[in-house]
Amino acid sequence: MTRALVNVPKTAKRGEVIEIRAMIQHVMETGYREGPNGVMIPRHIIKRFVCKYGGEEIFSAELFPAIAANPFLSFSAVASESGTITFEWTDDKGETQTASADITVT
Amino acid sequence: MLRFVLLAAVAFSSMARAEIPSKDKRSGFDFMSPQTQAMQSDETSNPGMLWVLDGERMWSESQGKAEKSCASCHEDAAKTMRGVAARYPAFDEQTKRPIDLAGRINRCRETRQDAPPLARESNELLTLSAYVAYQSHGMPITPAADRRLDKYRENGRAWFERRLGQLQLSCASCHDDRWGARLGGSVIPQGHPTGYPLYRLEWQAVGSLQRRLRGCLVGVRAEPFEYGASEYVDIELFLMSRAAGLKMETPAVRP
Ligand code: HEC
Ligand code: HEC
Repeated sequence: MTRALVNVPKTAKRGEVIEIRAMIQHVMETGYREGPNGVMIPRHIIKRFVCKYGGEEIFSAELFPAIAANPFLSFSAVASESGTITFEWTDDKGETQTASADITVT
Repeated sequence: MLRFVLLAAVAFSSMARAEIPSKDKRSGFDFMSPQTQAMQSDETSNPGMLWVLDGERMWSESQGKAEKSCASCHEDAAKTMRGVAARYPAFDEQTKRPIDLAGRINRCRETRQDAPPLARESNELLTLSAYVAYQSHGMPITPAADRRLDKYRENGRAWFERRLGQLQLSCASCHDDRWGARLGGSVIPQGHPTGYPLYRLEWQAVGSLQRRLRGCLVGVRAEPFEYGASEYVDIELFLMSRAAGLKMETPAVRP
């Protein structure tokens, strides 16, 4: 179970540019490091991150081993309608997790 | 190289030792880059908040044979744990010596939840400690006034002033005499324990004050104490009184 901190303004005016931020607790193990016993630690990173607004994909990212642990993603969107913004990410172990936040557009 | 180190040690030891006057007392925060400061100050970009959030979940999770959560007894942490971390380590009636916050949390786990203690520096113990300490965020450090702590605090001070390791440097030679100067890539801070457990960019994780102290001990090529050792708690007791008045920053961010 990983944790995520997602941040979306609670309210916005229609047409306003809003900042959306997500920080995900993840080791982002590169796969290039040796463990204390000399054996390579298997790669374990978040591979893909997707953000949807009202069900529609508005942002996605492919992540790579060079990204530090607990990645922080920040991007902007235009507030169009009240609804739910969802975040979804999948890691090397095939685990998909989600988080969401609501926004009221006036 | 060795010669250089020895020279450096001599240069250090010949300097007069002076305690930092309270008007000059500054948190490690003040010595960081504006970017790292911003990362700490904004809770949405402070990775330590991930641990705090997780701690909130653990707080209400039943554990052990007693099937009780922290919340079963302590209810709302924002009220019951407010200010607690700002006055730890405290005197422990059971062992008749100081106990740190992580030790106190483990005590409740063992005696109140009837659960096995969490390992020092385990993610679970760091998570609970970060959550409890976060309830003191922004509050000034107010060391416990209990006179029974005095001799342990003095022992902590003695460790702080003793020359240690192959480099024969004391904590004071860096943190009292040389703060603000550069050591390799980093600025030497005053060494205040205001933000623990904290997120260190170098660790890419949250770690305890003991982990930080371990780093400083290894830095002077001294043998670090075991996690949970009484020496660390005595040193923390001294560091907290030395930092009295500075604000708690848990979860801080450090380079
Ligand atoms: C069955 C009730 C019970 C449970 C469960 C419990 N505690 Fe406690 N806790 C107490 C009592 C009673 C005290 C104070 C008396 C004492 O010294 O034991 C205390 C003291 C503390 C203190 C010290 C407070 C201070 O002012 O010095 C901390 C910190 C603490 N508990 C944290 C926790 C955490 C974290 C958990 C969950 C992992 C927890 N407790 C679970 C009953 C409980
Ligand atoms: C050779 C100089 C040196 C010595 C000796 C030294 N430290 Fe440090 N200490 C540092 C540096 C440099 C940092 C900052 C580390 C960084 O940013 O990488 C630091 C960081 C710290 C911090 C963290 C402060 C914060 O803002 O979180 C504490 C606490 C600390 N030291 C305590 C001690 C104690 C206690 C001792 C003695 C056991 C000690 N140090 C010995 C150089 C030293």
